[in-house]
Amino acid sequence: MYDVIIVGAGPAGLSAAITCREWDLHVLVIDEFVKPGGRLLGQLHEEPNGEWWNGIEETKQLMDKAESLNTDIRCGISAHHLEKVKDHHFIVHTNKGNFEAKNLLIATGAAETAAPVPGWTLPGVMSIGAAQVMTNVHRVRVGEKGIVIGVNVLSAAIARELQLAGVNLHSMMLPAMNSVTKEHAHPKKVMDGLSRIAHLAPSAFLRFGSRFTKSDFVRKLATQFYPKSGVKMWGMPIHLRKAVTEINGKDRVESVTVFDITADGKLIKGTERRIEVDFVCIAGGLYPLAELAAVIGLPFQYLEELGGHVPVHNKKMETPIDGVYVAGNITGIESAKVARAQGTVAGLSIAKKHVDGKADLDYRLLKAIEQVKTIRNEATIQFHPHISEGREKIEQAFRRIVHS
Amino acid sequence: MTNNRRIVDHPVLGKLSDRKEITFTYDGQTYTGYEGDTIASALLANGVRTLRVHEESGKPRGIYCNIGHCFECRVTVNNETGVRACLTEIKDQMVVESGRVLPSPLASTEHDTLPRTYAEFVKQQEEEKGEV
Repeated sequence: MYDVIIVGAGPAGLSAAITCREWDLHVLVIDEFVKPGGRLLGQLHEEPNGEWWNGIEETKQLMDKAESLNTDIRCGISAHHLEKVKDHHFIVHTNKGNFEAKNLLIATGAAETAAPVPGWTLPGVMSIGAAQVMTNVHRVRVGEKGIVIGVNVLSAAIARELQLAGVNLHSMMLPAMNSVTKEHAHPKKVMDGLSRIAHLAPSAFLRFGSRFTKSDFVRKLATQFYPKSGVKMWGMPIHLRKAVTEINGKDRVESVTVFDITADGKLIKGTERRIEVDFVCIAGGLYPLAELAAVIGLPFQYLEELGGHVPVHNKKMETPIDGVYVAGNITGIESAKVARAQGTVAGLSIAKKHVDGKADLDYRLLKAIEQVKTIRNEATIQFHPHISEGREKIEQAFRRIVHS
Repeated sequence: MTNNRRIVDHPVLGKLSDRKEITFTYDGQTYTGYEGDTIASALLANGVRTLRVHEESGKPRGIYCNIGHCFECRVTVNNETGVRACLTEIKDQMVVESGRVLPSPLASTEHDTLPRTYAEFVKQQEEEKGEV
């Protein structure tokens, strides 16, 4: 029996595994992708200080460390069920058989929210994250010319990555408003999100000044005055007053139908036209991937600040089920750096229970929790402006449940 | 194998290192990919987007999420059905087949005669009683 099984070999899972191995715990890490790294693998962006955040390199560093500690990491294993037999005895059901452990860490990360547009099942339509992995991890071009539907923090960052790799993007625009796409189809709401990444766009945005004038420029972008030709970010137009109503094609994507829209997202009659593309990326943002937390019976809270339904947990990454821990994007959508720091916290929490007489573990755990906060405050990409409040709410939920 | 679908040179990630070439078949046709490719990436690099058709409607489908969440890329690999092309590493001599239309034994053949609403059901029942 393992001391701990970690589900997910992303930044959270790997850093937790490293910490657990440092305290000599018997660890197994499983992941269903072909290589470790999770969503970190595809990430590639320039930090405000000019340095590149290269997910492949970051993963390699984690893996080197994990390997130097002889960590058992197995890819191509899909967990579909977690079972609690008794206190500190869990079974992980996978496509490669069952594994048993005294503790579980669920670090399954995030999935992409669908923002369906008619025609979205055609081959050539994919999530923006799919294009990211194809481009940066597999190094395969997703098409000759494409369009991004959905303007948000994630899609702007990945659109930039596609450009870097020489993939031709026509533009980014909104999905037409329907019962599912509401939030993503409203220009004013999308603008709020865009303002949070203004400081990441070197060319166009920086001409208007540094961080200090950022809000000034964003005001200029006010949806009512949003230019017809869009605002260019890295030379690519971002349209908030145009929406895709349909993706067309017989056996594959051939074109998209586009309308001009009002500041409230309503289609303007007579503005319909077609744009020829051979691929389409749909970007609806991320939500915590938490099915495994649900099947083992963890309680959930819906917190918009954290990106959706998250399993109840505390700062130590403990859950109301003794022996079950969570870390990374399953606890709320944040950057890979935060996930990595949370993994260390989870690893120390697990080690604390199994290593007797090491008083400084308490101190290290406190330090690691502080580190998560520091990294959160310094984050270049804020997925949600009120993330800290969301974190406080989930902490309160944990206290309510544990003390009742 | 060279084609312009591979991103060989990347300004930040660098040049693709030489990888071992692998041969596999997809729906009977032979393709080449590289060691480390998934079925999905190897096929896309060969210009193949359609990985299956919808089991009932026959409409074409390809990758959607590319990391195993959506199950849109189900193919048959060495006779094992329902394998996710985006999560499966391509192996030399692998036999990959696209997902096909399946028979629907439970599909109704009596569209015209079956009641569509409860009201129609009641009416039909009454008519049948009347006949008896």
